[in-house]
Amino acid sequence: MTDVKLSKSSPDPAMPTDMRGSAIRDFLGRLVREHPMGAAGLLITLALLILGIFADLIAPFGLNETTSNFMSPPSGAHLLGTDNLGRDVFSRIIYGARISLVVGLCATALATFYSVLLGATSGFIGGRFDVIVQRFVDAWMAVPAIIMSLLLISVFGTGTIQTIIVISLALGVGGSRIVRGAVLSIKSNAYVEAGVAIGCSNGRILIRHILPNIAATVVTIFTLRISEAILMEAALSFLGLGLPPPNPSWGAMLSGTARNYMFLAPWMVLWPGIVLMTVVWGMNMFGDALRDLLDPKLRGGVGRFGRRAPKHTESEVERSHAK
Amino acid sequence: MNVATDNKEARPLLEVRDLKKYFPIHAGFMQRKVADVKAVDGISFSIKRGETFGLVGESGCGKSTTGRAVLQLQKPTSGNVRFDGQDLAGMSPSQLRSVRKHMQLIFQDPYASLDPRMPVGDIVGEPLVVHGLAKGSEYKERIANLFAMVELDPAMTERYPHEFSGGQRQRVGIARALASEPSFIVCDEPISALDVSVAAQITNLFIRLRNELNLTYLFIAHDLSVVRNVSDRIAVMYLGRVVEIIESELLNVHALHPYTKSLLSAVPVPDPVADRKRERILLKGEVPSPVNPPSGCTFHTRCPMATDLCRNKPPELKPHASGQWVSCHHV
Amino acid sequence: MPSNKVPSEDRRETVLEVKDLRTSFRTSTGIIKAVNGLSYDVKTSECVGIVGESGCGKSAGAMSILRLIPHPPGLIEGGEVLFFGEDLLKVTEKRMRNIRGNRIAMIFQDATTSLNPVLTVGLQLSESLEAHQGFSRSEAQQESARLLGLVGIPDASKRIEDYPHQFSGGMQQRIMIAMALACTPDLIIADEPTTALDVTVQAQVLELLQELRAELNMAVLIITHNLGVVARYVDRVNVMYAGSVVETGPTDQIYASPKHPYTIGLLASVPRLDGPTRENLRAIDGLPPDLAQLPEGCAFAARCAYAMERCSSEKPTMEKVGPEHFRACFYDLEKLSR
Repeated sequence: MTDVKLSKSSPDPAMPTDMRGSAIRDFLGRLVREHPMGAAGLLITLALLILGIFADLIAPFGLNETTSNFMSPPSGAHLLGTDNLGRDVFSRIIYGARISLVVGLCATALATFYSVLLGATSGFIGGRFDVIVQRFVDAWMAVPAIIMSLLLISVFGTGTIQTIIVISLALGVGGSRIVRGAVLSIKSNAYVEAGVAIGCSNGRILIRHILPNIAATVVTIFTLRISEAILMEAALSFLGLGLPPPNPSWGAMLSGTARNYMFLAPWMVLWPGIVLMTVVWGMNMFGDALRDLLDPKLRGGVGRFGRRAPKHTESEVERSHAK
Repeated sequence: MNVATDNKEARPLLEVRDLKKYFPIHAGFMQRKVADVKAVDGISFSIKRGETFGLVGESGCGKSTTGRAVLQLQKPTSGNVRFDGQDLAGMSPSQLRSVRKHMQLIFQDPYASLDPRMPVGDIVGEPLVVHGLAKGSEYKERIANLFAMVELDPAMTERYPHEFSGGQRQRVGIARALASEPSFIVCDEPISALDVSVAAQITNLFIRLRNELNLTYLFIAHDLSVVRNVSDRIAVMYLGRVVEIIESELLNVHALHPYTKSLLSAVPVPDPVADRKRERILLKGEVPSPVNPPSGCTFHTRCPMATDLCRNKPPELKPHASGQWVSCHHV
Repeated sequence: MPSNKVPSEDRRETVLEVKDLRTSFRTSTGIIKAVNGLSYDVKTSECVGIVGESGCGKSAGAMSILRLIPHPPGLIEGGEVLFFGEDLLKVTEKRMRNIRGNRIAMIFQDATTSLNPVLTVGLQLSESLEAHQGFSRSEAQQESARLLGLVGIPDASKRIEDYPHQFSGGMQQRIMIAMALACTPDLIIADEPTTALDVTVQAQVLELLQELRAELNMAVLIITHNLGVVARYVDRVNVMYAGSVVETGPTDQIYASPKHPYTIGLLASVPRLDGPTRENLRAIDGLPPDLAQLPEGCAFAARCAYAMERCSSEKPTMEKVGPEHFRACFYDLEKLSR
């Protein structure tokens, strides 16, 4: 092995040596440039989340603190007005952010966990197991999410934890379809076959090769589900089946008494509605953006971190060779 | 050279007997099986230690499926595969995984065969991890050696596959296949997806590695010129069956089966003067579908020498002088 | 079928003349100069080959002739494409549409993706007939059936009702040829016409193309990376590297005595059916060039066994080395060994 010329990788000279750190900067850059709506959505949701977390410090009034100003329109003291019990709407909305977003995020996280568990095992194991599980999922998905959640509430009851569990179950099973699809498509890749060929056990293939490659799909599902979860919590609270009063979740704020006073004090329903709508829209936009940015096929040959690999456009055009 | 007992030397490294692989086609509401794609329809051959055995044929002939069936990546429908005397079909999954140390696969597509989320060092080292062959500093050392062996810069181990060109990725795939120090490697169209000049480099790499490490190859390709250059013996496949097995030196001068001859004439030689002197045999028609192969000899629909016998009775692979095997009634 | 060999004195008309064509693509990593000063010509009834590896610009060059380069990110930056003297880069889009499919037809590499899966083969064939030749629907149907028969598809009049997926790969390629022939163009550009086909089918398709070329007196431009195909079917060869032609000449000449180091290297690196077995090939060192970062001088200098100092700073121009045989290289002809 004397005079062997070493083949150097022809790296992109514009690519910085520290790949990981710049990858995030890269990603954010692309997000802002190519999907401004998605970036806006992310920012708004993050802002509300921060507001919610620091509610105690930011909100001028307590969430259940009544004042003597009943149903007063927006003013200096009460930025968004007060409700029929004299509670400051602005404060309640901030506290509501905490509830809605926290419940939404927890439920979505749990739902995504179920989706991955069910979808990955079903897709990976295949065969009879897959068929049976998918028929079960079919049946589950035949029932609309809201109805399903009502059914589940009748089993679990109401309350914060119960609401989270109910929402996660209602959303999680459907998401398993998408995960299963992703797993099936990854499974057909040559590198999975390569894993088997070098002697990897099934477990190793699943954990080391399949899960990392469906990560992008999972993150996208998670993001898109957040808005669904928030809406479901709002719906359940609206129906009085979610968290108990004086729950300032936005859905709860929209229900019951607020509806009665809709024409007298529209600010009682307007603001929760607007905030709810904004967050749902924002997370949807961000989820779409994320899916576009992370999908390797849509990137058309651009590398994992958004950088074009050192190949030529034409090589890719001319790539297909004889079988 | 292998310093081994007489027995081991004499025994072929790989023996394939009557291998069949059918893929069922399901249709209808109940997804019942309606037909089989007879991808591999009864083939037999054996490969000696240190030999390079070429398997050549056009698309649909079953050569890739053969490679995978031999390695048990596709479970054969029937037939026998013995590796170093052991029957692979009878093994338990963990036994089989252990045997995989000794028999590896190099893929056609250098882009799809490397996990895009793993640095190439990890990809190459995975066999070492899976079989517990090296740890710590020895692990790092072996990976560096493997990189050097395939002419890649060992400083590149942290990079990801997409940063490399096609030829370099193929080198990574080769390094991975060598990691567990196998004695037998199935090369499935390893250079078809590469540029002409890079393909030549990789072909030379294959030859060098074979000589240095005394490897045994099952070299599968559709390009007859390449297979002939690399192999000691060549098996020509058509529609799931072997029609001829011949030594590569004799291919040009002593091919006997009509399909082999037409295949030879269809491949142009990059030398116009020499090419014009060669015999031209143009086949009629197209390759039939493996779902419904013709009766008798599967080649009869396109063969210039076909007779009634050919239409009714499938020929057998019979030995001829000079170690050749031919499956034809008229040879 | 013997190919028409080019006589040394050529009095035939020049169908296509490409002069100093430049096409580039704008990407996130920089500007890729896919076609970088490409020049060649095709005369009537001639079969000209453009041979090179992927990334050398041959496909981009072909697409530029018909102005099929997507913009953005691509841009035809300069040069001339003279079709019977008319510069196609300067004519109106309307005139281009009149030429595409009608006077110049293109056959693409992968027939499966080039044929519309939801239209019958007959309809696709009739399209250009109706558009360019003013056929009526029924006239076009008849002509389509005739064309399918011409390219060797059995049962043509029935099969015009079939969809592309009902044909095999080889037949799909024949259908593409039929589509290209529909309006009896003056020039057919075949971009890697056989790369996706089996070798026996490849032989059939190329023989067909040869026959039809002789019958219909068309010029053919074959673009491929396959040196064997070029040797057998082509009259004149243009060897491309990094966006321009490095050597050109009659096929026999180029193969018998190549004069550019790249051509020499390429020919030495390809295994031949009539060559020795189990011997190392003489591979060209290094990697294909990065078209976004072309060096100052000769693009091949980095990999060239004969490279001199001059090669990295100056770009060689075409010089004559034999009858109709040109190359772009500074190295002394006498010292070049085969």
